[in-house]
Amino acid sequence: MSEDLKEKEKEQKLPQLTTHQAGQLTTFRKYLPLLTNLAGRDFKLKYRRSVLGVAWSILNPLLMMLVLTQVFGLLLKIKVENFPVYYIVGSSLWTFFSEATQLSMTSVINSAQLIKKVYIPKYIFPLEKCLFALENFLFSLIAVVLVMLFQRFVPSITTLLFFIPVLYVLIFSVGIGLALSAMTVYFRDVMHLYGIVLTIWMYITPILYPVEVVKDNAFVYAVVSHNPMTYYVTYFRDLLMYNTIPGLRYNLICVGWALLALVIGGLIFHKAQNKFILHL
Amino acid sequence: MDKNALEALDKEDIAVSVQHVDMHFNMSKEKLENLKEYFIKLMKHQLMFEDFVALRDVTFDIKRGDVFGIVGFNGAGKSTLLKVICGVLKPTKGTVLTRGTIAPMIELGAGFDMDLTARENIYLNGSVLGYSKKFMDEKFNEIVEFSEMQDFLDTPMKNYSSGMVARIAFAIATVTTPDILIVDEILSVGDFKFQQKCEKRINEMMEGDTTVIMVSHSMEQIERLCKHCLWLDHGSVKMIGDTKEVCDAYRRA
Repeated sequence: MSEDLKEKEKEQKLPQLTTHQAGQLTTFRKYLPLLTNLAGRDFKLKYRRSVLGVAWSILNPLLMMLVLTQVFGLLLKIKVENFPVYYIVGSSLWTFFSEATQLSMTSVINSAQLIKKVYIPKYIFPLEKCLFALENFLFSLIAVVLVMLFQRFVPSITTLLFFIPVLYVLIFSVGIGLALSAMTVYFRDVMHLYGIVLTIWMYITPILYPVEVVKDNAFVYAVVSHNPMTYYVTYFRDLLMYNTIPGLRYNLICVGWALLALVIGGLIFHKAQNKFILHL
Repeated sequence: MDKNALEALDKEDIAVSVQHVDMHFNMSKEKLENLKEYFIKLMKHQLMFEDFVALRDVTFDIKRGDVFGIVGFNGAGKSTLLKVICGVLKPTKGTVLTRGTIAPMIELGAGFDMDLTARENIYLNGSVLGYSKKFMDEKFNEIVEFSEMQDFLDTPMKNYSSGMVARIAFAIATVTTPDILIVDEILSVGDFKFQQKCEKRINEMMEGDTTVIMVSHSMEQIERLCKHCLWLDHGSVKMIGDTKEVCDAYRRA
């Protein structure tokens, strides 16, 4: 656009003629309140009419930990030092990922009413679900702290860096969530399939067992140790339990997986979004 | 920005510019929603798509401050055109340029969550339309006053009647003076007193700088309110011009 035309526009104080695709970033800022309002709505609705309210976000992981550590401790005789802490640290991060991606998956089809009627950047919906899951995750960290206290576990100074793996998982989840939400619009089967995928994925992530347990089986070991979620969960435990900060190479792999998911998810979503409305 | 856009910028009095817009729907004959069906059809080469043309080479400009009516029979593409203008649908071909904020009133109440209270919904719906929290704080009382729903603010909206929902929705949609207001047969909600109130509010906007685009099957309403008119027939522009000429021709069709 030439300079004098710009000047003209300014003089008249007229908004410019634009296409709807223009100004991605400015639209993001415009719809930021929508993002927070939607996440706030989800949070309010989750606990409305429940007596204990937000306490469930803390109680739930605690009760699950009690059940699972008892069962797995007895049945499988897993020898991990501080198993309850080991479990709840890993599972809290896993729950964050699985909740974020599952909610994202149905976010677009559940917002059909809105998408059909008003122009809204559609990535808002999966993004919002990931933020909502993050909110829940932060509450569940209270449960982690409680278990640590109960076990008289002294957390190390590296705990303060806990936000790094959380950020990685957030980006990774947004990527997967974008891809899933777009695919679900076209094929509702994705919903059923992903439930199974998640179950398998959980078992190939060392949440209930240490990685060493599967060392004997080369194939399983390869799968488990190349699983991006293994990287994130291990990172989280290193910081919270073992007083170590993973090195640069480890960080690069973590970032690599997160960005790869984000780019692929973003591309799939971007390519599919203009036709959403025809399939909703 | 492409050449067309620059040309349009030259004419400052244009609020909406629709240029050579085609809208195709690739309608599969049945709605396939699961993978199994999809692959079976794919294997059998039965994956038939019907190319449905909803809009064909539609070109027109709307001047700033104009009240622009769109008429046409059912299925002529009126609602599709409105959706293209406000950005819900992306045209298959062509460009749509708009100037300023658009308040779509295509269907009232889109973006309400019926489990939330009216108070919460007012903020939610405000953000759906792209208003900031600060702005909504300022306008909250105005919205409540206009809707006359003070006594039910903290009731979940699932307990509202449809008329009550419409009151809140209309109050939110018209709380600002948008640059472009899109009205799609929505004046038929609420009791007669509220309808008058709505029409008064729309008239106020029309007198200002707001460009109004309206679709209605009430020819009386179109002739009373609009300055210019577009007659859409099977997705193409049949006629465009002064309301009276277009309406007369349309009546004879």
